[in-house]
Amino acid sequence: MANIVQFENVGLRYGQGTETLVDVSFSLSEGGFYFLTGPSGAGKTSLLKLLYLAQRPSRGLIRLFGEDVVTLSRNRLPGFRRRIGVVFQDFRLVPYLSAFDNVALPLRVAGVEERDLVTPVEEMLAWVGLSERSGARPATLSGGEQQRVAIARAVIGRPEILVADEPTGNVDPEMAGRLLYLFDALHKLGTTIVVATHDVHLLSRVSSAEMMRLDRGRLSDPTGALRYPPRGPVAAS
Amino acid sequence: MKLGALLAFPPAADRQLLPEGRLAGPMPWVIAIMMFLTVLAAAGGLALGEAARTLGAGLADRATVQIVEADAAAREAQAAAALRTLARLPDVTRATRVGEAEMARLLAPWLGDGALGRDVPIPVLIDVTLRPGATARLPELRAALRRAAPAVRIDDHGAALAPVTRLIRLLGRLAVALVLLMATATACVVMLAARAALDTHRGTIDVMHLLGATDVQIARLFQRRMALDALFGGLIGFAAGGIVLLLIGRRLAALGSELVGAVALPGFGWAVLLLLPAGGVLLATLAARRTVLGALKRML
Ligand SMILES: Nc1ncnc2c1ncn2[C@@H]1O[C@H](COP(=O)(O)OP(=O)(O)O)[C@@H](O)[C@H]1O
Ligand SMILES: [Mg+2]
Repeated sequence: MANIVQFENVGLRYGQGTETLVDVSFSLSEGGFYFLTGPSGAGKTSLLKLLYLAQRPSRGLIRLFGEDVVTLSRNRLPGFRRRIGVVFQDFRLVPYLSAFDNVALPLRVAGVEERDLVTPVEEMLAWVGLSERSGARPATLSGGEQQRVAIARAVIGRPEILVADEPTGNVDPEMAGRLLYLFDALHKLGTTIVVATHDVHLLSRVSSAEMMRLDRGRLSDPTGALRYPPRGPVAAS
Repeated sequence: MKLGALLAFPPAADRQLLPEGRLAGPMPWVIAIMMFLTVLAAAGGLALGEAARTLGAGLADRATVQIVEADAAAREAQAAAALRTLARLPDVTRATRVGEAEMARLLAPWLGDGALGRDVPIPVLIDVTLRPGATARLPELRAALRRAAPAVRIDDHGAALAPVTRLIRLLGRLAVALVLLMATATACVVMLAARAALDTHRGTIDVMHLLGATDVQIARLFQRRMALDALFGGLIGFAAGGIVLLLIGRRLAALGSELVGAVALPGFGWAVLLLLPAGGVLLATLAARRTVLGALKRML
């Protein structure tokens, strides 16, 4: 399968300090399901930011959908970003918008007509079990409900890559299982999934998933098979 | 970029994205004050321009020739000679002697009725209309008249009024400068407000960017809000300015003075003034757009 994401010797430095990410090299296949693990502060969020184009690397090469995105001009960024769905670690729901409008936002940004977006948004809210709360503002939603709105917003536009940063951080194990089931369903529809988590229990829940491990800014096995463990289902390790 | 697209009313969902809406901040009120002052300055400029035109048209090409001579016979002879000379001069389009009756009317307030009948020597007055621009050659005209009538005196109305006209012109230019300064200040206020709004909504902007929104899409949210604020402020300021102008107009009319009466808003003035709020909205929209696009360019 074609590589949908490719990192080569990527380094990221915030300000003047030491590098947060060091010599990160890996590639992700189209339609794969990947976990990114590692202790808190290892640089998982930083790596995902590079992936969803919220940050440019200090050095190295990043290719998305076969194109170099490091030198991509600003006006081409929106087009790439619309192909990537993101569940942010802190959700980043727009506080003034209802759950419905938050989920509808990517479609509105993409220029979908109002009459064409009501049904998909309602279906998506039903899918994450939030039909009843469609008119609620984020502040009135529980942490888990906010997380599900964030997930609904990330997938509504049928992205080619779904990036989720600690998506089960704020939910109980049962809800975590349901969310994971959601990701798996998307994965089966062909979406490439990248989930950062330090929750080891999660890793065993998706049989087809592969795992990358980040420690103090380095991929654990950067020179080997680019992934750790090199190949095969996580559950097997 | 089409004007309609700039001023299009936002759909409800867009409006909610930047909820700190109209009247929340001081900007509409600052714009209202600016608009109020701009309307007054512009109205002043228009009225003064009209006054300068009226005065100029009525008086600039007029002159009065006097023959000041005590001896009645010599006076009449010189008057006839002066009229003949004036008739020959190409710059003079009309020269008429002010008649006895008119002289009596003019002098009555000073000399009392029947002054002309007594032995008071009254100068001969000749009303002269010059060709436009001929005032510049007034010295030559004066010399020519002197030769014909040594007792001649020439009052050039344009020259007499020149300081007034110059002052009016200067004030008119000042008014134009004030309007321009006010527009600049308005643009600056909008820029500051747009920057503040950008800071306030930085989180929303980042999310919009990451969801794939273009700079233009984001800028549109801000420029719509600024346009609405400017529209509101502009209309308030315009209404207040209009009321003040109407009141001033009434007072001026009550004065009934000819010179002051010339200071009136010409007919098209109100139409011009109405352009100010519209211009304000357009200015605010463009200033907001520029500011926001400039700031967004510095983000990723
Ligand atoms: N915007 C930033 N500016 C400066 N340092 C940052 C920034 N974001 C993250 N870091 C630092 O980079 C390191 C990795 O952070 P992060 O990528 O959030 O790790 P993780 O998601 O694995 O917990 C941390 O030491 C953090 O302090
Ligand atoms: Mg993190």
